[in-house]
Amino acid sequence: MKKPIYMDYQATTPMDPRVLEEMLPWFVEKFGNPASRSHAYGWEAEQAVEKAREQVAALIHADPREIVFTSGATESNNLAIQGVARFYQDKGRHIITPVTEHKAVLDTCRHLEAEGFSVTYLPVQTDGLIDLTALEAAMTPETILVSVMAGNNEIGVVQPLQAIGQLCRQKKVMFHCDAAQGAGKIAIDVESMQIDLLSLSGHKLYGPKGIGALYVRRRPRVRLKPIQHGGGHERGMRSGTLPTPLLVAFGKACAIAADEMVAENQRLLALRQRLLDGICSRLTHVNVNGSLVHRLAGNLNLSFGFVEGESMMMAIKDVAVSSGSACTSASLEPSYVLRALGVSEEQAHTSIRFGLGRFTTEEEVDFTANLVVEAVNRLREMSPLWEMVQEGIDIASIQWSGHH
Amino acid sequence: MAYNDKVLDHYENPRNVGSLDKNDPQVGTGMVGAPACGDVMKLQIRVDEQGVISDAKFKTFGCGSAIASSSLVTEWLKGKSLDEALSIKNQQIADELALPPVKIHCSVLAEDAIKTAISDYRSKQKGVDAP
Ligand SMILES: Cc1ncc(COP(=O)(O)O)c(C=O)c1O
Ligand code: FES
Repeated sequence: MKKPIYMDYQATTPMDPRVLEEMLPWFVEKFGNPASRSHAYGWEAEQAVEKAREQVAALIHADPREIVFTSGATESNNLAIQGVARFYQDKGRHIITPVTEHKAVLDTCRHLEAEGFSVTYLPVQTDGLIDLTALEAAMTPETILVSVMAGNNEIGVVQPLQAIGQLCRQKKVMFHCDAAQGAGKIAIDVESMQIDLLSLSGHKLYGPKGIGALYVRRRPRVRLKPIQHGGGHERGMRSGTLPTPLLVAFGKACAIAADEMVAENQRLLALRQRLLDGICSRLTHVNVNGSLVHRLAGNLNLSFGFVEGESMMMAIKDVAVSSGSACTSASLEPSYVLRALGVSEEQAHTSIRFGLGRFTTEEEVDFTANLVVEAVNRLREMSPLWEMVQEGIDIASIQWSGHH
Repeated sequence: MAYNDKVLDHYENPRNVGSLDKNDPQVGTGMVGAPACGDVMKLQIRVDEQGVISDAKFKTFGCGSAIASSSLVTEWLKGKSLDEALSIKNQQIADELALPPVKIHCSVLAEDAIKTAISDYRSKQKGVDAP
């Protein structure tokens, strides 16, 4: 089977071959436990771990001592939110987070609600950005933590981290940022952005799956109640033997991202524009979901009017993308992120996420644009809604016999 | 989701896509579902003087299973009497296409479309017959 063209870089990224090369010696030859203090196997592993820690820290302008390695951004989000909530619960029991966060943040907050914390799920504006005045208004003397992501996984919208950090610092509220999608794609500086905790994931930036990190600020010091107990690794915040090969790879991936970010972003922006132009110059009724300005360069989320997303994905099966349509999900609920932007259920059903990345080429973009145009035209010929629009009927004016 | 071959076949080569004249008294139209639910099916039948379905057409906004379900029923409907058509059950559609549980409602929609098209035809005929 010939595999489709990969355009789902927000789901995961392939590992960069340079990363793999760096990682390989650490499985068989240099297999020591970095916590072994008594022999050379341990020492060389420890050195590698500390180098990786520096590389990860450098990507976000942190101190290496502020990096706690985890299994990924899901764990980092859990550790940050639960850890802060449990440690500081005597100070207050209120958390604020936007409704468009990843489930790893939202579901963690839900669980804390069951423990008696209160959570404000902050609405977003139609472009996907949070409203800073609404954030400020949501803060109470009880508020201990604000958690806002850097880049959104579905619509790529980038939140105003600097302004959020400033507001949080001024209100003496801690600021956690889920930067699984943002790190390595946009410039992140935990100092100037006044971020207190920040989650990272290896597999979103061309590193391996199963590795991530949590940045935990040292000055002013942020404290956590650990979730996982044991040998006291990672300064007691996250016990467990460090997976040296994964760390070496993650470190290398961060170093490459830091080096190439500026040039890569320019390249991706041009490719994204080419894709958008290639589609919109030949099709009507196409909408961009979320701000096109405050957005990760590698993300394009489009709604194709009158064409349901799952059938669209079948029609462009030579390209691997994802959809916000309910028909693709087990729950049959359309994307909560799109719904939060005020996108109608109908439009959410017609959305396709295109994720571009390091290995995307111009030829792939052109191929995709052509395929999309062809598929949309074919499916619109089959769509009763399209027929009605052609006849000048206003679809919104119709009483539908909806099932749910 | 990896689809069954029959669904793929109907999806890639849909049978009887199109429209009949909805103002023709011999034509019954059924439009079911809702855009907000992600599925709208329009099914049309032409009924001859003997009360037999001589033609059927569909247009569907929906997932691959919804398109396949409607395509399949247009094939089944041709040559059937109205009563025979009314006896088509969604389970038969789901079985034929081997739909997974989450896609059963797509076959329910196709059954509803048949019923709605026939009742539209019948109410039109009452209008025609009336003095
Ligand atoms: C914004 C965001 N946060 C968290 C995660 C979870 O990351 P991981 O797969 O490393 O646990 C993802 C990836 O799915 C994500 O996109
Ligand atoms: S049309 Fe939504 S699941 Fe079939």
